[in-house]
Amino acid sequence: MISSTIGIWNYWIVFCLMMIGLFLVMGRKNFLKKIVGLTIFQTSVFLLYITFGKIKGGTPPILNESIDSIYSNPLPHVLILTAIVVGVATTALGLSLVLRINTEYGSIEEDDISAQDLVDYHDDIETGKSVDFKFKQ
Amino acid sequence: MIDILTKNLPILVVLCPLITSLFVVLIPNIFFSWISTTLSTFLTFLFSILLYQEIQIHSHISYALGKWLPPIGIEYIIDKVAIIPIVIISGISFIATIFAYKIMPEEIEKKSISKVYSLWLLAIAGLLGLVTTGDAFNLFVFLEISSLASVALVAMGAQKDKQALVAAYNYLIIGAVGATLYVIGVGLLYGITGTLNMEDLTDRISDLNNNKALIAGFGFMIIGIMVKAAVFPLHIWLPRAYAYAPSAVSVLLAATATKASLYILARILFSVFENSENLISNTLLYVILPLSIIAMFAGTIMAIYEKDIKRLLAHSSVAQIGYITLAFAIGTKASIAAGFIHMFNHAIIKGGLFIAITSLGFFIQKRVTINNLSGLGRAMPITFFCFVLCSLSLAGLPLTAGFISKLYLIKATISSDAIWIAILILISSALSVVYLWKMIEVMWMREGRKIVIKENPTIYISLIIITFFNVYFGLDASLVVNASFEAAEKLIGDLK
Repeated sequence: MISSTIGIWNYWIVFCLMMIGLFLVMGRKNFLKKIVGLTIFQTSVFLLYITFGKIKGGTPPILNESIDSIYSNPLPHVLILTAIVVGVATTALGLSLVLRINTEYGSIEEDDISAQDLVDYHDDIETGKSVDFKFKQ
Repeated sequence: MIDILTKNLPILVVLCPLITSLFVVLIPNIFFSWISTTLSTFLTFLFSILLYQEIQIHSHISYALGKWLPPIGIEYIIDKVAIIPIVIISGISFIATIFAYKIMPEEIEKKSISKVYSLWLLAIAGLLGLVTTGDAFNLFVFLEISSLASVALVAMGAQKDKQALVAAYNYLIIGAVGATLYVIGVGLLYGITGTLNMEDLTDRISDLNNNKALIAGFGFMIIGIMVKAAVFPLHIWLPRAYAYAPSAVSVLLAATATKASLYILARILFSVFENSENLISNTLLYVILPLSIIAMFAGTIMAIYEKDIKRLLAHSSVAQIGYITLAFAIGTKASIAAGFIHMFNHAIIKGGLFIAITSLGFFIQKRVTINNLSGLGRAMPITFFCFVLCSLSLAGLPLTAGFISKLYLIKATISSDAIWIAILILISSALSVVYLWKMIEVMWMREGRKIVIKENPTIYISLIIITFFNVYFGLDASLVVNASFEAAEKLIGDLK
């Protein structure tokens, strides 16, 4: 029982990180904290892939004298390299959006922003005094 | 020369917009960046038509990327199923690019226009890659290319309305969570089968009945894709993203973005997991069927109470996606074919409606709400006429494309002894007339401000093209219907 629990130790870590990340994404109202959560969530997936790519006593997959040596699967590592790049792009885009939201709204709290949006929406639609588009040329 | 071209068509469809997107960003001139985008999307459309003809001869094209043979290398698969979303995406993106010419410089500052066109092409390339690839992980990469590009495009709407930023942010976060869930699913499947190639996965899964990791992996993949396809409870990102994006971007996204993901959903359900029949039939019956029915009604009712027209159309998109997933959920050959027919028809209907509404917004220079529409029907007869035709098509009146898809959908439900679903579809269609009539009534019957609007041919030409297709495929739908039935046959075979 104990050995089987410790034997899959990495998967427990993956599971915990995944839940922490998902909770931050869904539960936090701060836009920056959501991105932190998203990053943790993605990192847990990286760990998942790396974990099942590793084999006990496995060597790096390099051709050597003894052909029959056990080696770890290199493919998950390569996949995760790609996933890391995607993750960095997502984080960068998210952070730049948060920056723009902060300059436009003066806040990155979801409650403040939806309160401001609601006022705008009301002005737009209920009273009919829709604001003309301003084009910044 | 021609031979090399036909051999490499599957990759050319993806590469053409991808490579042009790198060049377009360097062009400072608005006109030239537009013309190169148009040429690129036109070429892509041409390639996809050639590919369609090729498919009629070979019926299955497998393209080994970089000559690394599958299942080790990445494989691009084009078959009778994949060709439908390819033609939809490339065709609609060509029409949307024509439409963008006049609209884009109005809403986005001049110095960033070429960058926007670059992102535009990148999004199209991502969507096309999504439907051509036969590799589960490569699919994730294309999923992220298309969604990051679309997020940036949506955020460009911030120059007009700052809410676009929040919309883009929500789209990004929800989309990224969805894509990551998909990757977890792919990882679990890779862990138990040791392959990423979809056809190879199908073979290896057949030995693994009731494996827990298989079921978990399937669940993660399906949920991830359902987020991207905006299936009912996971659609929250959609209305805002469509409503606050720049007009041309709304047209592109509304008509193409969810179609690619819906195709992936169909492919995962009926092709990759075709051997685990219990799993699939349970998922269809207990997950997708109820969600689609709720989506049909929730989307329509939300649309009835909505006053912002772009959001209204976005809510109606949620309902229409409900019809498509409902067709998949019934799971017979006729119903899957109906799903593909509606996928095509919804692309041209929603594309047309968004073009009409955004050109109204362009002329009145205001957010298009129900109050702002008064009397515009008389001021802009051509746009209004096309808008009415597309609306009728959405409601499913005879002689329009929407009628054909509703007809086949209802025929399919009746032939599989699910009369109550047919009745629900009819009620939901009838409800959709409410919100469509609401708009038409305000535009035509109500007295508006006396404004003179000179309609611009560069704007309404694309609207006329897409409306023509709405009517044409209502009169003679044999092309779409045949293609869809062939696709359904390819997906589930002659078994059912």
